[in-house]
Amino acid sequence: MAVVEAKNLSKIFGKNINQSIKMLDQGISKEEILKKTGNTVGVNRASFSVEEGEIFVIMGLSGSGKSTLVRLINRLIDPSEGSILIDGKELATLDKKALRQVRREKLGMVFQQFALFPHRTILENAAFGLEVQGIDKEERRKRAEESLKLVGLGDYIHQKPGQLSGGMQQRVGLARALANDPKVLLMDEAFSALDPLIRKEMQDELIDLQASMKKTIIFITHDLDEALRIGDRIALMKDGVIVQIGTPEEILMNPANDYVEKFVEDVDRSKILTASHIMKRPETINIEKHGPRAALERMRKEGISSILVVDEKRRLQGYVTADDASEARKKEISSIKEILKTDILRVVPETPMQEIFSMIYDTPVPIAVVEESGRLNGIIVRGAVLAALANDGEVNLDA
Amino acid sequence: MLDFMDQIPLAEWTEKATDWIQDKFAFLFEPIKEHFGNFMDFISGEVLTSIPPVLFILIVAVIAFLVSGKKFGLAVFSIVGLWFVYNQGLWEALMSTITLVILASLLSVIIGVPIGILMAKSKIANSIFTPILDFMQTMPAFVYLIPAVAFFGIGMVPGVFASLIFATPPTVRFTNLGIRQVSKDLIEASDSFGATGPQKLFKLELPMAKSTIMAGINQTVMLALSMVVIASMIGAPGLGSQVLSALQRASVGTGFVAGVGIVILAIIIDRITQNMNKGKE
Repeated sequence: MAVVEAKNLSKIFGKNINQSIKMLDQGISKEEILKKTGNTVGVNRASFSVEEGEIFVIMGLSGSGKSTLVRLINRLIDPSEGSILIDGKELATLDKKALRQVRREKLGMVFQQFALFPHRTILENAAFGLEVQGIDKEERRKRAEESLKLVGLGDYIHQKPGQLSGGMQQRVGLARALANDPKVLLMDEAFSALDPLIRKEMQDELIDLQASMKKTIIFITHDLDEALRIGDRIALMKDGVIVQIGTPEEILMNPANDYVEKFVEDVDRSKILTASHIMKRPETINIEKHGPRAALERMRKEGISSILVVDEKRRLQGYVTADDASEARKKEISSIKEILKTDILRVVPETPMQEIFSMIYDTPVPIAVVEESGRLNGIIVRGAVLAALANDGEVNLDA
Repeated sequence: MLDFMDQIPLAEWTEKATDWIQDKFAFLFEPIKEHFGNFMDFISGEVLTSIPPVLFILIVAVIAFLVSGKKFGLAVFSIVGLWFVYNQGLWEALMSTITLVILASLLSVIIGVPIGILMAKSKIANSIFTPILDFMQTMPAFVYLIPAVAFFGIGMVPGVFASLIFATPPTVRFTNLGIRQVSKDLIEASDSFGATGPQKLFKLELPMAKSTIMAGINQTVMLALSMVVIASMIGAPGLGSQVLSALQRASVGTGFVAGVGIVILAIIIDRITQNMNKGKE
């Protein structure tokens, strides 16, 4: 079931909003509405649903409405139109008290500039959400400490936020949001204010944490690399409109329009593509059926200098080279087993291309892509790696 | 051309309004005049004067020492300054002045801080109180001595009333400013965790605004002190009345001595309240 669901969600800033909403429905553009009414369209009829345990990334450049959209989800900003469902419950029409209750129980938020309370210690910051719920002191201290430990800050609990580095402050922000044990975690550009190394570290940690916590996370970012790294699904926004929603692969491989395409153009593809994207169908011989003569014949026909050897079930056994095969033929060796070499590099289909990139320079033979069961999926040759990096379209999109 | 109508009888109206208030609210003013007056006389006449001057000076010196971060400068100044006032035979006057200043400041804070909070929270309150505050601060102090006397007679009570009008605005303005300055991020954070209005106020806004509010309170205390001479014109006892009588007799020497007494008190109060603010950050 969808934990967070937005239907036709719009936000218009300004006066006389009804007229602007009508204009939106007629499909009039953001610029046109600004010109005619003076109103700014923040979010334009956004619809999406986020499944339980998913990291849903909303990504767009500044001014695209992503920060407004995340604030519509916990109603820090009231929507002009549309509905927002948390756990199937409509949020847009709740009164103040009921809204507070939903915020306390279901929603945690992490902010770009950390938004820690400077007059409170780390522990008091982490316990804030519990404190406003009226949970007694011992209990909230215990839970806040657990939460701080979870993000690796067990030792700093009596310091003030100002004494910590940016990365550590954001850990406190994360701990504060987690202490309530909310179902949904809203992260508004949570790592954008951190320097690149710390940012990457935090991304990794978030992924690790998520593996054990299984929260539903809505993550806002302007950084496509970050979106692709952590997102299970990504919604791309432009001018308040969600342009495309899809998995990182779908967005990269099948951009919905020119805007998305332009956006993903500069992505470092080596971080996203995996072995399965760039492997080729391998030439193989069967270890039981074929001898050196057959192997040599196949290699000559395909114009290659080595060939992979598999068994009946296509499990990779090794490879033979053309030199060895012709030697064996002269010596009248009939079994391929005697000239089989097994020092071939193997990767699983999910191996990122970045890793393959460094491996492929050290090996004369292609790299074998092997499933965990041992079944051979394909091979990777140097040319394919370079082609994929150069983005010249020779990528195996069906994989 | 400008004489298209007769003079507007604003003066007359004001007088009538004052008479009316005095008449209708006598039930309020009379007990205030009596009980509050007695209370103040009790503080300045019984409590403060019953403390031996030596002890009083030592207490002030210790407070000064503690709030200034265990430095001796202010403590030494307090001892020397207060001894000088005692030496000049102005001790009783000093006690009266301290009573007036402290009570006026206390009332200013009690009234001013909630109004400041209200102004920060409500646009309507803000647009109502802003011109009133401007009026209170710019209207010459002598002008509201007249209704003060009309309502409360002469003595300490109208002095406090006049000081209150003059000294409250900074506390109100700084409280308003301090709360408005709390960053939007932090407000959003506290909202996102489901904090109620009062929780937000007491757990976030007031603590964050504290140093700004304290700066306002410091201003309020100084303004209350600056009112002591004016308040003495309506019979408020203290260092101010010494200055006033010196003025009436054209006696430069006694006027100067009482004036120095006020300056000494001002410096001590100012430094102590300022340091209280700094020390807590």
